[in-house]
Amino acid sequence: MASAILEMRDIIKEFSGVRALNGVDLCLREGEVMSLCGENGSGKSTLMKVLSGIYPTGEYQGEIRLDGQPYQVKNIKQAEHLGIAIIHQELALVKELTILENLFLGDEISQFGVLNHAAMYKQAKEMLARVGLTMSPDTPIIELGVGQQQLVEIAKALGKNARILILDEPTSSLTERETEVLLNIVKQLREEKVACVYISHKLNEVLEISDSVCVIRDGDHIGTRPAKDMTQDDIITMMVGRELTELFPREDHDIGEVVLSVSNANAWHASNRHIKLVNDVSFNIRAGEILGISGLVGAGRTELMQCIYGSYPAKHQVDVALNGEHFQASSPADALAHGIAMVPEDRKRHGIVPIMSVGSNITLAGLSEFGNWFGHLNEAKEHAEIDKAIAKLTVKTASPDLPIKSLSGGNQQKAILAKCLLLNPKVLILDEPTRGIDVGAKYEIYKLMFELVKQGVAIIMVSSELPEVLGISDRVLVMHEGKLKGNLANDGLTQEQVMDCALSE
Amino acid sequence: MENNQSLMARVKSINLQTLVMVGAIIVIAIFFSIATEGDYLTTRNVSNLLRQTAITGILAIGMVFVIVSAEIDLSVGSMMGLLGGVAAILDVWYGWPLPLTIIVTLIAGLLLGAWNGWWVAYRKVPSFIVTLAGMLAFRGILIGMTGGTTVAPTSEEMGIIGQSYLPNSLSWLIGAGCMALFVGWSIRGRKQRQAHELDVKPMSHTLGALVVAALGLLILLYVLNDYRGVPTPVLILASLMVVLGFIAKKTSFGRRVYAVGGNLEASRLSGLNVERIKLSVFALNGLMVAVAALILSSRLSAGSPSAGTIAELDAIAACVIGGTSLAGGVGTVFGAVLGALIMTSLDNGMSMMDVPTYWQYIVKGSILLLAVWMDVASKAKR
Repeated sequence: MASAILEMRDIIKEFSGVRALNGVDLCLREGEVMSLCGENGSGKSTLMKVLSGIYPTGEYQGEIRLDGQPYQVKNIKQAEHLGIAIIHQELALVKELTILENLFLGDEISQFGVLNHAAMYKQAKEMLARVGLTMSPDTPIIELGVGQQQLVEIAKALGKNARILILDEPTSSLTERETEVLLNIVKQLREEKVACVYISHKLNEVLEISDSVCVIRDGDHIGTRPAKDMTQDDIITMMVGRELTELFPREDHDIGEVVLSVSNANAWHASNRHIKLVNDVSFNIRAGEILGISGLVGAGRTELMQCIYGSYPAKHQVDVALNGEHFQASSPADALAHGIAMVPEDRKRHGIVPIMSVGSNITLAGLSEFGNWFGHLNEAKEHAEIDKAIAKLTVKTASPDLPIKSLSGGNQQKAILAKCLLLNPKVLILDEPTRGIDVGAKYEIYKLMFELVKQGVAIIMVSSELPEVLGISDRVLVMHEGKLKGNLANDGLTQEQVMDCALSE
Repeated sequence: MENNQSLMARVKSINLQTLVMVGAIIVIAIFFSIATEGDYLTTRNVSNLLRQTAITGILAIGMVFVIVSAEIDLSVGSMMGLLGGVAAILDVWYGWPLPLTIIVTLIAGLLLGAWNGWWVAYRKVPSFIVTLAGMLAFRGILIGMTGGTTVAPTSEEMGIIGQSYLPNSLSWLIGAGCMALFVGWSIRGRKQRQAHELDVKPMSHTLGALVVAALGLLILLYVLNDYRGVPTPVLILASLMVVLGFIAKKTSFGRRVYAVGGNLEASRLSGLNVERIKLSVFALNGLMVAVAALILSSRLSAGSPSAGTIAELDAIAACVIGGTSLAGGVGTVFGAVLGALIMTSLDNGMSMMDVPTYWQYIVKGSILLLAVWMDVASKAKR
């Protein structure tokens, strides 16, 4: 076996006191394909950001050696010079430019500032051939499919003489055929002695192409083993391996009749019409029920919720029946009018109006309650409601007049919940309600959820944290790659069962 | 602790902004008074200054809604010229009665604004482009309609809007009425808060605000009445400032405009009809432009094909100087009017000093740059 070209030892990375990486080791040999596995938020991406120079030397602890030499970089550019390139899930190509212009962006071949198109064209042709692309380098990026764009990215990285290529979930937006092409290229690169770190949730791919599998959980290095000795179950056990703690204040509650039934939900990718992000999903939810929706990132969970709430920005179809009344929400206003409220996934971009006060954020959706015939607000009534909501949801703020951006994430989230609750929804959709929130605020949000279901509200909770899904839900829907893979009663359900369900063919 | 500090900082920053503006007005006044050997601060010139502020002020009031909703309107100058031209044509060529001319002009303004708003909100064309197109097209329509000539002279009634003064007794009566309204309003607010078992501010606060308002009004009326009385355009400006300030801060529509400018997507997901709000904002702006256009034509006694050129820049500058953020979500009607007063003070003072026009442009441009830079720098610090 070839000798190690990269050694990462005891890497520790902290974000304001929270350890994202807790002493991780990683060792890569020439031409080795190593898969990096772990749940969302386990620290995979952080580790790769350390390696690719996004977090420069000095911002983390631990030792990295490249070819036995200490590896110290200040930025991505330096890392690239040393032969380490990262390809992100979101593509970083300039869509308006051609393939050639993208390949040479920043490194154009020129004499006295005049571009030498012929030389670049010849070289670009060779670079594309290496990844199996045959089109003209003058093709605009915008005319390529997502899969082809991914290949152009790889060609660009290889063009910089990358010896270590990091692929962060490269197949999450690819079709099966495109995925196959990509996997073949990774195999071919192995022959050319290029080492790859492959991050993916698709365990079948992982086992197909890897030489070794490294598993990270909660920032800890769980283990690295040869892929040929492992099964999908082994990887799942290593990824999960955690006991449910007392974090979840589960309370008994009665479950009533079906309030909402969703049938044949379909949603298409905004820029690639051939990909369905939600593929024919149907389910029911009853009054007083907490329905957990589990799945890995890219499973189509958020898109499914957006379809129901009327906020999915691209082509979609869904038949929603609320207490027997059929409709398809044309806008969030429409959904709210029917009694469906949603706390969106991305709190900063879609939840809060940052510069407005906590109070104004809370009353934003239910503002018409406080206006008279020409919209004059009864401020006294409004303030009274705001005070009540702040007390009920224990939003910690010095004053309701403070801009909401000055609050912690947990308190912002509670304010957004308060906004939804002011409308007395029948169905409440919570998309990753506890992401980036401290344990105390999480607990309070769970408590509130149980209080709501006792009042007969139906709650749909999308969550990437399996312990949370299992600790809170009455029933769990498992989604994978847009499809509904399972509808499981949470009766002693284990994380392994859920993972198995998601990843089984 | 941290929250308390930021609360203090916020209170300070609000007062600071108003203080800076009032300070700027005082500095400008002192400077020009010295430079003109006291002529600047005569009651006659103060009266003129306020009258000149009316047009920019009214345009700024409309513009502040547009900028708060995170859009821009560059067509305001041409639109004012066009609407002023329409009013003059109806008055001079067709001899329509004044009330009808006013109503038709106001409706035309509303429609032109709505036209801009429709393209921005429903056709998703950036407002910079939509209103740049309007800036060219409206001017073109004006020139075509008038044949490139001045439409004059307007009727005597038309002159009332822009040139008349209120009789002293009437202005005192209106002043007293305003104070009575203010007192009634304060009492109503206190009662409502008590009814909802909220803390009520100490009586001294309310009384203090009352005394300051009364004193300010008293001085203003005294000064204006010492010359020829309250100019009608100033009364219109003041009324619009109060009404639109009320709409901005005390109605659900106003609140939603701030929300849309602060975070469009969050507003949409909160069930706001963001397209309709944007359309309404542009229509409201068009209405303000129509009011300004009527005053302009009345003051000039004519409709001119070049009327209102680059007035949009004065209006935008007034908003920005008045603390409106071009990023949207931040700004007040009162601030915008103060900004307009600053711009006009500079104009007025420099004209009195016979500063060459080219210098006036340079000074105004520099002030605008400075104001935006201050906005950017204060945000970077936060």
